[in-house]
Amino acid sequence: MYEQNFQVVIIGGGPAGLAAAVSASDNGAERVLVIERDRELGGILQQCIHNGFGLHRFKEELTGPGYAGRYIKMVQERSNITVLLDTMVLSVTENKTIVGVNPQDGIFQITAKAIIFAMGCRERTRGAIRTPGTRPAGVLTAGAAQRMVNMEGYLPGKKVVILGSGDIGLIMARRMALEGTRVEAVLEIMPYSNGLTRNVVQCLQDYNIPLYLAHTILKIHGKERITGVTCAKVDQNMKPIAGTEFYLECDCLLLSVGLIPENELSRELGIQIDGLTSGPIVDQLRQTNMAGFFAAGNVVHVHDLVDFVSEEGEIAGKYATAYAKSEIGAVNKVVAVTSADGVRTVVPQMINLHEGDTLPIRLYMRVGKTERNVKLAIMSGAQILLEKKLAVAKPGEMIVVEVPSDKLKTSDDKITVILKR
Amino acid sequence: MEEKRRISCIVCPLSCEGEVSSKSGIVNAVTGFSCPRGEAYAREEVTAPKRMLTTTVRINGGKLPLLPVVSQQALPKDKIIPCARCLANLTIIAPIKEGEVVVANILNLGVDIIASRDINPV
Repeated sequence: MYEQNFQVVIIGGGPAGLAAAVSASDNGAERVLVIERDRELGGILQQCIHNGFGLHRFKEELTGPGYAGRYIKMVQERSNITVLLDTMVLSVTENKTIVGVNPQDGIFQITAKAIIFAMGCRERTRGAIRTPGTRPAGVLTAGAAQRMVNMEGYLPGKKVVILGSGDIGLIMARRMALEGTRVEAVLEIMPYSNGLTRNVVQCLQDYNIPLYLAHTILKIHGKERITGVTCAKVDQNMKPIAGTEFYLECDCLLLSVGLIPENELSRELGIQIDGLTSGPIVDQLRQTNMAGFFAAGNVVHVHDLVDFVSEEGEIAGKYATAYAKSEIGAVNKVVAVTSADGVRTVVPQMINLHEGDTLPIRLYMRVGKTERNVKLAIMSGAQILLEKKLAVAKPGEMIVVEVPSDKLKTSDDKITVILKR
Repeated sequence: MEEKRRISCIVCPLSCEGEVSSKSGIVNAVTGFSCPRGEAYAREEVTAPKRMLTTTVRINGGKLPLLPVVSQQALPKDKIIPCARCLANLTIIAPIKEGEVVVANILNLGVDIIASRDINPV
């Protein structure tokens, strides 16, 4: 039986949680606990069998399971990290008591000095995009299909249509094609794909899969099982254009229509959520508005590179440990970080400067649409704190800028990140 | 016969789109790319395109029914489907460790297929 009191408890054993656990241990936390609801550690990486992970962190291209494996080993090597699998967290209270449930212990309580939220995100479903039609079997999210195909050994269809051309949709198009499924089409409501060019080339063009840009699905057909979808072109306002409808026969529809950070626990607790990222508002230590509650990874904002998820986990692990040991100094200046003019989101949303802070602060941003030859500027009122030239800025690729902490000591109480054309 | 192909570069996020002209497999012009790496990529895409292969094989006696595998190097693009078919017919026995060879020298292409993760026995 595990101890009931921990210094740092991490909810979620995916890349953010694993990096947070390793970092907490390496920064001197005595007892660290990782709570994972799945049967094993690694999170969604375990079903992402394609390669391309870890170029920043490990300087090589690993598969998802390969990347997860490195961190799982690091966790296993550290004797002060306890892992609970098959365990669901039911609630978290303000005084840092966690109520969980699993088949061995039933319902149980754990107390922590500091808690890190690392629950990742989940996929938007048909309900989120309100596609009309019947409710037949065979309509799945792309990630659910990915788990079926790559881990459980089931093929969800023989003739598939994919809605959404983000990277998960593209990767699944190739995966299904490789397994002998006919991929009829990938439809994308936007006039461009939000996936990496690499994936458009290697997942669609390689397999002659048609990509219909500025198209959507108007209706799902089928009684027991899906039999087809009615598609149409959309105008600039994403409204279907009459007369452009066509029918595609299929026995499976995969949805790759976005991700939502999974913040039920944090919301219930009263943690402030950023309306744009759908994740907690955090400072540069990844501490939320509630003292001792930290957050990292896709639960904060959806990342495109796992390397950055691990980096965020590391930050949260380090400072959650510092909090647990009462080593975080008093705040002597608060700077709000906001975005405007082409920049959609920025994390952290808040910088709490402490006595003796010298480390530069990294800001992670996403733009609203693709723009070329622009300058990213960090403004303090009318004054430019920092400027960076960008040959291209794409919504699908997070932009990272480092701000020296001394610039923030003299800045206004609010800084804004903008794009200058 | 002169052949022209449009190629989207995947080397960096700029995603240049250029054109490669070739005659019976010999490239005679590469235009529209903004750096030498892009030109080299486009040239290879036309003459000898290569891809990594990631797929799964059945595994018996393990905690999971499937083992993810990866080609140790990139394979010729036109051999990806034949290699995937070859792996689809294979069943191995647990346990296996990440990095272990699942199929050596697949289809005599000089590339090994290796396990992407550990799978412990039940």
